[in-house]
Amino acid sequence: MAPAEIRTAIIDILGDIAPDEDLSNLDDQQSFRDQMELDSMDFLDIVMELRKRYRVQVPEEDYTNLDSMASTVSYLTPKMVAVA
Amino acid sequence: MPSFPHPTELPDDQRVVITGLGLTSPNGNSIGEFRDSLLNGRSGIKDYEVRYFGKTVAGVCDFDVKRHQSRRDARRGTRAGSVGIYCAREAIADSGIDWDNTDTSRVGVYIGITEHGNVETESEIYEISKFEYDTSVWTHHHNPRTVANNPAGEIALNMSITGPHYTIGAACAAGNAGLIQGLQMLRLKECDLALAGGVSESIHTFGIFAGFNSQGALATHQDPTKASRPFDLNRNGIVVAEGGCLYTLERLSDAKTRSAKVYGEIVGYAMNTDATDFVLPNPTRQAECIRMALDRAHITPENVNIVSTHATGTGMGDILECEAVRDVFGECNNTHINNTKSFIGHTMGAAGAIELAGNLMAFEDGVVHPSINVDDLDPECAINGLVLNEPKEIGTVDYIFNNSFGMLGINSAVVIKRT
Repeated sequence: MAPAEIRTAIIDILGDIAPDEDLSNLDDQQSFRDQMELDSMDFLDIVMELRKRYRVQVPEEDYTNLDSMASTVSYLTPKMVAVA
Repeated sequence: MPSFPHPTELPDDQRVVITGLGLTSPNGNSIGEFRDSLLNGRSGIKDYEVRYFGKTVAGVCDFDVKRHQSRRDARRGTRAGSVGIYCAREAIADSGIDWDNTDTSRVGVYIGITEHGNVETESEIYEISKFEYDTSVWTHHHNPRTVANNPAGEIALNMSITGPHYTIGAACAAGNAGLIQGLQMLRLKECDLALAGGVSESIHTFGIFAGFNSQGALATHQDPTKASRPFDLNRNGIVVAEGGCLYTLERLSDAKTRSAKVYGEIVGYAMNTDATDFVLPNPTRQAECIRMALDRAHITPENVNIVSTHATGTGMGDILECEAVRDVFGECNNTHINNTKSFIGHTMGAAGAIELAGNLMAFEDGVVHPSINVDDLDPECAINGLVLNEPKEIGTVDYIFNNSFGMLGINSAVVIKRT
């Protein structure tokens, strides 16, 4: 997957986790938490959906990489390079 | 046996009244819609399909989840939680209480459930089956969804209630049990306002359908609206339904202070146990439970205008309850007997609370809703006073009696008095 595709995948996951949020104006550089109502269970949902949809494992020590869209895409790009 | 004081001799702060109610049933999402359906023969039973089990019939609710809950919270929580939140919010709105200025540390949430967690567990097992049963994809939401207090806890969370909340697991007597718990906690001054009743999400688990089917106790009929037919000779089992009904309960003294509308006063209640069988009811113990509730209300069977039966449409269950009801009310010429499951199926943990609500409006309109689908009355269910197929105007209603029984021989009864 290319970075743009990963971004779309994350948007899809966020849309399911936080269906009441408007994601159209998401600032990729800003922390998700500063823009959306997300708690620790929601972040676990992101990790779980990556595992279920793309078989991507995000170890606990790497959770801080899921802070913003930019950091998430950057972190996932090498992990998802082989994902169709 | 301890004697209970006459209800009218109790001080007002020991008398508990119903000042609001919120419900969702398969044939109505408010007391007005529900009552209208009951008086006009509208069934809420539909064709239904459930995972693994396949086609069947069920009572399905269509309340607007988003009315009181964000989509995010509905997704994170359970169906029972959503049912509970809808009912609780509607019950408070109906009571006219100034919720924004209510001390929620003095609000108690007491929710009867038949079971909880089956739906969520079953869904997760189905989910991991798509991943070769890899438990690493088992959701982290599983435990908060399946803890037994979940439906009550979701209500408390949604409404920022910081008083006590818990569920009462009482099989299909749970709706009454929730109501009784609310009354007791108000009398003990554990809370100043109680949200009490029962909820059910059971139609979302295949296990309950498959279990009743294996037991030979699941209703089938070509016309789903005819499938639930307690007392009819051709009844063939239970129609499973979802739903909820919660009451706003207050001490009479508080209700008077705020000049609240009062639906009725809980003047008697009882719970006991058969201790004879896992499934089969014991009419002797049921009759004892009924008499205990009457004694506590200081009334005789003749004083009761309406008896709402528990009958679920099973062969033996209906006959045995009729035996108990006949034993207590058989000689009463002004006592009318009906059944609500014939319209909506068996709402399990909500049944006692919902079925009471449908009858409660008789205090206002003096009409007894019927038990429908009785084309050929089973002679063994022929009790004096049965109201069948058409509503009956009876004039002033002073006492309504509500039966609710469940597996493992749990029996409950509640007596409501006109105020």
